[in-house]
Amino acid sequence: MEAVEEKMVTPTFIRGAEAHRGEEVQTKMEVRNLDLHYGNFHALKDVTLVFPENEVTALIGPSGCGKSTLLKTLNRMNDLVDGCKVTGAIELDGKDAYKDIDVNDLRRRVGMVFQQPNPFPMSIYDNIAFGPRTHGIKKKDELDVIVEQSLRDAAIWDEVKDRLKKSALGLSGGQQQRLCIARALAVRPEVLLLDESTSALDPISTAKIEELVGQLASKYTVIMVTHNMLQAIRVSTKTAFFLLGEMVEAGDTDTLFTHPQDSRTADYVSGRFG
Amino acid sequence: MAKVLRTLVYIGAIVSTAVLAGIVGYILINGVPYLTPQLFEWTYTSENVSLMPALINTLLMAVFALVLALPVGIGAAIYLVEYARSSSRFVRAVRMTTETLQGIPSIIYGLFGLLFFTTMLGWGLSLISGACTLAIMVLPVIMRTAEEALLAVPESYKQGGFALGAGPVRTIFRCVLPSALPGILGGGLLALGRCVGEVAALLFTAGTVAQIPDFAGQGFLALFDSCRTLAVHMYVLSNEGLHMNETYATAVVLLALVVILNAAANFAAKKLKRGI
Repeated sequence: MEAVEEKMVTPTFIRGAEAHRGEEVQTKMEVRNLDLHYGNFHALKDVTLVFPENEVTALIGPSGCGKSTLLKTLNRMNDLVDGCKVTGAIELDGKDAYKDIDVNDLRRRVGMVFQQPNPFPMSIYDNIAFGPRTHGIKKKDELDVIVEQSLRDAAIWDEVKDRLKKSALGLSGGQQQRLCIARALAVRPEVLLLDESTSALDPISTAKIEELVGQLASKYTVIMVTHNMLQAIRVSTKTAFFLLGEMVEAGDTDTLFTHPQDSRTADYVSGRFG
Repeated sequence: MAKVLRTLVYIGAIVSTAVLAGIVGYILINGVPYLTPQLFEWTYTSENVSLMPALINTLLMAVFALVLALPVGIGAAIYLVEYARSSSRFVRAVRMTTETLQGIPSIIYGLFGLLFFTTMLGWGLSLISGACTLAIMVLPVIMRTAEEALLAVPESYKQGGFALGAGPVRTIFRCVLPSALPGILGGGLLALGRCVGEVAALLFTAGTVAQIPDFAGQGFLALFDSCRTLAVHMYVLSNEGLHMNETYATAVVLLALVVILNAAANFAAKKLKRGI
């Protein structure tokens, strides 16, 4: 109970984590005063948020609240959207993602798994090797090692090791999604963005991926968007709540769900709307 | 009412099949008996109207035309789908012009080729004038089909490529194009069919000399030799009216050529799809 009391008065992640663990937590990514417009639509309003290293941060909120938009801004996938304008700062290890880091390098370091599994129409092996090949690794034995390690890390190696040369499109939805996670891991990212990555999957596949995300957090900084509050509670250590483009509240996951400070957060997590 | 409609569409299906079968049968019956070895001799004489030079010329003409048109057409399609903003005026203008160009009769292209390539550039009635004219003629077909094929590729492939840090070039060539390839190939086949069957545009631009351009003797200058394709050959023969049987035999060969090219393209498309 004392720990909870203490967390309630520590609004930022870093202090919350310190209180929780008694050790210093590094900031991996940081968003400061971020505003984002799609044409005339103001999708993100003055968002400031810190993502601590090697933790799972969940972004929650009702549809259209801007959480996916924020996620896509972290690896600049929003650059592909016509009429998208971003102001404010996004930093990875203290370097500005828009000014100091090459966009392709940023996307290598900040990997992304999408809502719908999107394996390329190639073999399982080529799917995983795509990223490393993009970044200059051509040697077969080197690629072999990366492919196996990535598939193991994504907990799908045993299921596909005998069919690496077969098309990835023949896998089930859950397997495809873990393949996509493996594909993202193959370029050795530092941050992993999951955009509602279990919402298109059955409960068993979802459970597998949730378990996997928990394991990945020891090596990677994970930021996940989810509609499922129970999933946020199960998987994440930090949670940020979004509403209508605003970041309403952020903190340790258990605190945010048990003792929300903002009444809008309280209404949402107790199921009164959303 | 339903029965009437059913009968009507049934009749429609029968008629369209019967027409095709009738034409093919008519050509085969009239042509096959005259498919003699002499017809495949390397040189054409006024006594022995060999179709071999025309056959080779057809392949040359089609290949040259496609070599010119495919990169431009596919490139334009990639630009329209992947680079240009879909709402821009330029894109709409390009779409409108290609649609218009598709509807223009081939003889107009021939006339343009005659004025521009053969006369203004001074290339004369030649393989290169013909190929350039055909390339312009089939460009809209290639472009439109390639565009459709690219648009049909799921956006998620592109996003997947970009999200792994692959730049636009690698993403387009490795993630998007392979999926669109069967469709693009279909467009290429359509274009090939038009090249092989074209007469009007080539009469104006490539002429009717029944010889294979002499690449061995003249090198690239042979590009400026006049040459007749199979379809033109047929037209000339039937126009002369002296060798009607050989004309039918030529038609059989042209038919077979189209069927073979079709089958080959289908086979390639299937292979590509399986590779995916």
